[in-house]
Amino acid sequence: MNSGSNAAGPSVAELQDLARRGRAHVIRSIAHAKGGHIGGPLSAMDMLVALYFKAMRIRPDEPDWPDRDRFVLSKGHSAIALYTVLAMRGYFPLEELNTFDAIDSRMQGHPDMTITPGVDMSSGSLGLGFSGSLGIALGARAAGKDFDTYVILGDGECNEGIVWEAAHVAQRYAVDNLVAIIDHNKLQQFGWRADAPGKRKPPYTGSQLVDRWTAFGWKVMEMDGHDMAQILPTIEEARDYRGGPVAIVAHTVKGKGVSFMENDYTWHARVPTPEERDLALAELGEPVSTTAAGGAA
Amino acid sequence: MTLANGKALRVAFGETVAELGKTDPRIVVLDGDLGSSTRADIFEAAHPDRFFQMGIGEQNEFGVAAGMASVGLVPFVSTFACFAVARALDSVRVLIAQPKLNVKITGGYAGLLAGMTGKTHLIFDDIAIMRAMGNMVVVAPADEVETRQAIVAIVDYEGPVYLRLTREASPLLFDDSYRFTLGKAVTVRPGGDVTVFGTGTQTVRAFQAAELLAAEGIEVNLVHLPTVKPIDEEAIVAAAQATGLVVTTEEHTIIGGLGGAVAEVLGERYPVPLRRHGLADTFGESGPDAALLEKYGISVTKTAAAIRAFVRARRT
Repeated sequence: MNSGSNAAGPSVAELQDLARRGRAHVIRSIAHAKGGHIGGPLSAMDMLVALYFKAMRIRPDEPDWPDRDRFVLSKGHSAIALYTVLAMRGYFPLEELNTFDAIDSRMQGHPDMTITPGVDMSSGSLGLGFSGSLGIALGARAAGKDFDTYVILGDGECNEGIVWEAAHVAQRYAVDNLVAIIDHNKLQQFGWRADAPGKRKPPYTGSQLVDRWTAFGWKVMEMDGHDMAQILPTIEEARDYRGGPVAIVAHTVKGKGVSFMENDYTWHARVPTPEERDLALAELGEPVSTTAAGGAA
Repeated sequence: MTLANGKALRVAFGETVAELGKTDPRIVVLDGDLGSSTRADIFEAAHPDRFFQMGIGEQNEFGVAAGMASVGLVPFVSTFACFAVARALDSVRVLIAQPKLNVKITGGYAGLLAGMTGKTHLIFDDIAIMRAMGNMVVVAPADEVETRQAIVAIVDYEGPVYLRLTREASPLLFDDSYRFTLGKAVTVRPGGDVTVFGTGTQTVRAFQAAELLAAEGIEVNLVHLPTVKPIDEEAIVAAAQATGLVVTTEEHTIIGGLGGAVAEVLGERYPVPLRRHGLADTFGESGPDAALLEKYGISVTKTAAAIRAFVRARRT
C-alpha cells in the first residue's frame, strides 16, 4: 500500500467547508436538471471530500495516471456527488455540472468510466461496482502495483447477492489493498413498511451490517460519516491495515445538511421545487442561484 | 473422407492460454469452481499466481474480471456457457460490454452436448444473446486447431469477446496450414448447388453431411463463419450470389444465432431462398450425445436431410 495521504492538504475546517459547498452543488444540480438522486449524494458527500482532497493519491490533471489510487462509487445513483467532488478537485470545470443528465453530457445519471475524467469504474447496477473494485485490487496485486482502491457502497445495496460473493472472495484472498465504506444512512429507495405513518424500515437495523461484514471475515470499523475528524483517521487506519479486507460502516443521515430532507425516504430521488432549493441553499449558507455551479442560468 | 480426431475444445483452451501465459504476463484466468471441467486447471498448474478462484459466484467472477481488465490485465473468465451468458448477464453487460473492457469470456460446455447435464446446463441461445449485446465479439471455433488460433487472435484484439467452447472431442476440420482471421469466413469445401453456412462444431457435421450429399450429386459450398459477430457480410453475399440457395446450420436455436445473422445480411443485401437449420425454439434434456443430436435434428444425417430437402424442393 502507498502512503500517499496528502499530509499538507486542506485542514479539517477546509474539508468541512468543501463538503458544505459540495452539498449546495448537489442541490443546485438536481434542481437544474429536474431529475436525479439527492438523499444518497448528501449522505456520501463528506466521505467523498475526505477521499479526494486528503486520502487518495491522485493527479487530477492526469486522470489516467496508472499508479493513482482508484475509487469506485458502487452506489452509482449518487453520481452527482462524485461529479461535484471531481469538479471541485479540478478534473473538469464546475460549470459542467450544469449538464448533469443532459444529452451528450459527460455527467451521466450513473458513472461511466468511458467518458468522465476521474471515473475509474462504471457502476449503477447495484453491487457490480464493488465486485469491480475487488477486481481492481486483485489486479493491482497481480500487476505488481502498489496503489490502493476505495469503494463506497450503500447500505441498501448490501441487499444484493453479488456483494456477498465479492466479500467472500476478498476474504479468501486476504485482499488488503481495498477499503470498502458502507454509507449506512438507514434508508433505501422504498424498503419495508414501518408502523409509523410515512416511515420505512432501515435495510439493516442495529448491528446487523457490522455483524454481516464481520461474519464474512472482514475487519470492520465504524465511524460517523459526517464527522471529518473521525473520517480522516478511520480511512487512514483502514488503508494501513494488513492481512485482510477492511469495511468501514459509516453511520450517516440520508439527505444530510438540509433539515427537511434528512431521514425522509421520499428524498431518495425527488426534485426540489425552486422554493425548496432556495430554502436548502439558505440552510447550507450558500447564495440563491439557479445553476449547478452557482450563479444565474 | 474420414476426419482425424482432435482434442476437445476445452483442452485446447486450457493448453493455449497456459502457453500464451508464458510470454504474456497480462493473461490471467478466473474460474467459477469448474476448472477441472472447463480445463482452466491446465492454466492453474502452469501459472498458479495468475489463476483466480472465484468460487461459485459467477456475477462476481465477471465483475472482478472487469476490474482486472481496467488495470491492464487480460482476463479469461472461465465457466459453463449457461452461467456466463445467463447467470452473469448483468455483470457482463454493465461492467464488460458497456465500458468495452478487455475481458475474454470463455463459455465452456456450450450447445447441446454437455455431458448428460440436462436443460439447466445446456445452452443454445447463447450466440443470440451475446450477439445482441453492444461491443461484444462472438467467436465459435469448429475444432482444436481453430480454437488455438482463435485464442491467439482474441488476445491480440482489444475488447470483450465471447468464445464459445464445447465439451466433447471434435474431429479435426483444419490442419496446421489453416489460418484463422477474426471476422473472416473460410470456405471449407467448394460446391455449386447450395451454400451452407456453419459455425462452431456444427460446421464439422455439415462437412460430413456435405460428403454424403456429394455421393448423391448435390455439391455443397460449405462456408464456415467462426466469427458470428462481426459477421463477414461480403463473404456471405458472395457465396449467396454464387449458388443462389443458402442453408445455415448451427448447434444453436434458429432464433437469432448464425441463421439470424446470415438472414439479416441477405435480407438487406441479396435476398435468396434461405433455410435456417438448427435447434427448434426449445430447451434441452439429458441423454447420450448421439441420441441428442438425432432427437434435436442436428446429427450428420439429419443435417444432410435438411439440406437435401431444401435443394430438391427448389429443383422441382
